[in-house]
Amino acid sequence: MEGLGAYSTIAVALGVAIFCLAAGVYISWLFRPMNPTPVKLEPYECGEPTVGTARVQFRGMFYLVALLFVIFDVEIIFLFPWAAAFRQLGLFAFIEMLVFVVILLFGLAYAWKKGALKWQ
Amino acid sequence: MRYLFAPAELFPILLEGLRGLAVWAGLPVMAGDWAGAALVMFGLFAFCALTVMVLVYAERKIAGHMQARIGPMRVGWHGVLQVIADTIKLIVKETWVPGSADRWVYRCAPYVVFTAGFLALIALPLDRDLTPVHLNLGLIYIVAVGTPGVIGILMAGWSSGNKYSLIGGMRSAAQMISYEVPLLISLMGVVMISGTLDLHMIVESQRVPYIIFQPLGFLIFLISAVAETNRNPFDIPEAESELTAGFHTEYGGIRFAYFFLAEYVNMFVLSALAATLFLGGWQGPWFPGWVWFLAKTGAILFLFIWFRWTFPRFRADQLMDLSWKILTPLAFLNLLATGLILVLL
Repeated sequence: MEGLGAYSTIAVALGVAIFCLAAGVYISWLFRPMNPTPVKLEPYECGEPTVGTARVQFRGMFYLVALLFVIFDVEIIFLFPWAAAFRQLGLFAFIEMLVFVVILLFGLAYAWKKGALKWQ
Repeated sequence: MRYLFAPAELFPILLEGLRGLAVWAGLPVMAGDWAGAALVMFGLFAFCALTVMVLVYAERKIAGHMQARIGPMRVGWHGVLQVIADTIKLIVKETWVPGSADRWVYRCAPYVVFTAGFLALIALPLDRDLTPVHLNLGLIYIVAVGTPGVIGILMAGWSSGNKYSLIGGMRSAAQMISYEVPLLISLMGVVMISGTLDLHMIVESQRVPYIIFQPLGFLIFLISAVAETNRNPFDIPEAESELTAGFHTEYGGIRFAYFFLAEYVNMFVLSALAATLFLGGWQGPWFPGWVWFLAKTGAILFLFIWFRWTFPRFRADQLMDLSWKILTPLAFLNLLATGLILVLL
């Protein structure tokens, strides 16, 4: 649709989405009851008294997955323009990308062999 | 009736009117443009809310019939008003910020999760002339703005100060980023064939729906999309029997409703993306384009619902294996095969 430029429209969309959600919270605030008690404010753990805090050191496994994701995500950013221009570039681009992808897949195979993908 | 079949024709008239109004009020003409964009976005927000209501009703009804029940029946004809009743209940329900929570992060999380889905939705081509925000990098834009939803989920999980929420949020994030990889690579085949990232052009370039040339790509996309929306059989982050409700355990009332809304909006966006890229989008005979678009999206949404009520849940390790050891290599294979065929042809 014409009118504003595309990226200004996205900014408007962001504003409208936040405004609508905030309006919803406000309307809810007008109607809902509010009487928090100390027991209500406890974290819900199926009725058991909570033990310790939830701010704990978490498993390193998730960090490994995030690292792998970052590697592949960067590669995908590289792949998108390549794929869009693929028809004009032809065989040369295909072989170039083949080399690149195979190196990365070696990385994945290495991580796999090292047990980085093993969920325990 | 004419405008009902071609809603895109309404916008220029609206814009002209608003510009006239802006000039009459002594404001610059641009004010009319901003107001027009805002009105369209409010309309899309209403469309979002309406779609989610229809989807929730459809899901409950379909689930009921799949399990030889009848689903909601009491409120309105065959329970059609049940969703409205539920919405009102969620609005007037008491909700509070738990004492152990990081208050502001807790409050912001639903906004981040919903906004990510909504910003992706506005760039979808709904009809031949009806793309609310038409970008020549549409595909990259949609997958890029959809990703911050993960951050919202992590915010919700961490800020609640609840161990279930933390585990659910971490699992959600790990699962969503793991399935993002095969999801994005499976799109590459379509981009290679069409040679563009503009969603509108991708639809126009489909004489035959790309599912014919990219059956494997479509399958990988579908599986990853189900995992991306954290739905059964990939609903480990919300596994009720282990984690109560995953990352939104501590959320109630209207803020919970936003997570719910976001989940269905994301589901709609991914289905619409599948319909656009693999099933020919708004193309089709006899009916207006947006009818075809909604019908194709609806068919994929039905698949999503069908999956949920058919398959048992995966284990966490099976889930990670499926993504990294099966879908990612398969997606690369699909990419290379597509490239090879295109080079040889």
